[in-house]
Amino acid sequence: MSEEIEGRRPSSDEATHKEEQEIDDNVITPEKAEEVKLKARYPHLGAKPGGSDLLRKRLQKGQKFFDSGDYNMAKAKVKNKQQLPAVTPAEKAEITGDHIPTPQDIPQRKPSIVASKLAG
Amino acid sequence: MAGTGGGSNDVQWCFSQVKGAIDDDVAEADIISTVEFNHSGELLATGDKGGRVVIFQQEIENKSQPQSRSEYNVYSTFQSHEPEFDYLKSLEIEEKINKIRWLPQKNAAQFLLSTNDKTIKLWKISERDKRLEGYNLKEEDGRCIDPNTVTALRVPVFRPMDLMVEASPRRVFANAHTYHINSISINSDHETYLSADDLRINLWHQEITDRSFNIVDIKPVNMEELTEVITAAEFHPNQCNTFVYSSSKGSIRLCDMRASALCDKHSKLFEEPEDPSNRSFFSEIISSISDVKFSHNGRYMMTRDYLSVKIWDLNMETRPVETFQVHEYLRSKLCSLYENDCIFDKFECCWNGNDSVVMTGSYNNFFRMFDRGQRRDVTLEASRESSKPRQVLKPRKVCAGGKRKKDEISVDSLDFNKKILHTAWHPQDNIIAVATTNNLYIFQDKVN
Repeated sequence: MSEEIEGRRPSSDEATHKEEQEIDDNVITPEKAEEVKLKARYPHLGAKPGGSDLLRKRLQKGQKFFDSGDYNMAKAKVKNKQQLPAVTPAEKAEITGDHIPTPQDIPQRKPSIVASKLAG
Repeated sequence: MAGTGGGSNDVQWCFSQVKGAIDDDVAEADIISTVEFNHSGELLATGDKGGRVVIFQQEIENKSQPQSRSEYNVYSTFQSHEPEFDYLKSLEIEEKINKIRWLPQKNAAQFLLSTNDKTIKLWKISERDKRLEGYNLKEEDGRCIDPNTVTALRVPVFRPMDLMVEASPRRVFANAHTYHINSISINSDHETYLSADDLRINLWHQEITDRSFNIVDIKPVNMEELTEVITAAEFHPNQCNTFVYSSSKGSIRLCDMRASALCDKHSKLFEEPEDPSNRSFFSEIISSISDVKFSHNGRYMMTRDYLSVKIWDLNMETRPVETFQVHEYLRSKLCSLYENDCIFDKFECCWNGNDSVVMTGSYNNFFRMFDRGQRRDVTLEASRESSKPRQVLKPRKVCAGGKRKKDEISVDSLDFNKKILHTAWHPQDNIIAVATTNNLYIFQDKVN
């Protein structure tokens, strides 16, 4: 059974006792204890967790690229990595967007579709 | 309770099948992202992160016997969505299938809607088991016959051929969502459906792709004032004017499309009051509803938040009628679950055919069933170790603290990478589909 203890908190002087009883898990709910732990690790964490920062990060999920050329280069690199496991150290260190792609760099043919393993 | 599974009449769940690769090295594309039975339960569809759909068809051992064993075998598989690039925002549009919803069957073909973050597609899955032979102007291999050489005419005839299942995209519903689509739901009027993203809900006609009506818009004028987003939406199973949508703040709004064209003003607001003294940094995050599902009879709806499943009576907005704790022992682990992002995992939930039992997933490849009538619950595991044919699943137990009994697993030993987010229940029978990261498990009621 959970350790959650609602309704047994001291009704008076909660604020003054809170600091003293921070380590006393019998008074503070496990949730609040976890919050204390989190604030200790990340002191700069905003007070309002569900606020616009979190939501806006959620609204803009997905990897951002510089432009479509950068995107296609990144995709081509992934496909190459999958097909040719041996990659030269120079290629590995290369980051996307470091040179403007030429038509020769972009793969001409759409790679064939790999069937789902569930259908195997 | 010992030894038997939860569920009315003491259902004993047995392993039936598992689909997918055994190896531990999971390619990202193979991660299952949605599971859905069709209305008869004969077909079971899965979608994955690679944009592929696999449909399984049920084959019953002995059709005359009601309690016969059945098996689901691959029926059709196709690439539903491809990765795209949003040129305006320079963002990748994932091909991951977020939801699949089956249309009620109207003719020989099957139709389903599948959606990724931005585009919904209507797929037609049809069977072909005959082909025409005996054309006058075409050879069997396709070469054309010179009409001048034809001396006699014949009527082409149908000849049987090996069954071929074809999937073809019939409609593409695109460019209607600025934000990421999280839900699609087909209306009981069999003509329209809704699609919901983080801030808006649109109403579509199944035939019309070039326009859609916006029926809910919660985008604030100033984005700095954004406080909540839409997390799920569903049409009522038999009232075609009613739908609900859930929010990241733990509330559910029921809207009536007869009231006005824009349903920003809800007809009902379902919200459980929270004790303000219990409020913590995590309260809002764990109250975010990840799934909402109406019961089959349309009288109740179920919501899933991070730690619990709640059943609401549509006639009572003030609080749920039933609350089931899925994994309450995680409440004292919220700090680490926030750090590893698990606190944002979106678990789904589902009803059984007669609305007496509900099911949802958890971590360590555990899933939970709650019997509403008998007030019992059970924890089961989807694992390769318990996958001998017709092996009865043993109930599992997590030890929250204190002395760990034999066969119990301690909270700290749980594998948080093994999450069961997607589960589905056959519309009539006790057959369930449970998706682990990249495997699909099918369990059935023990048959004699």
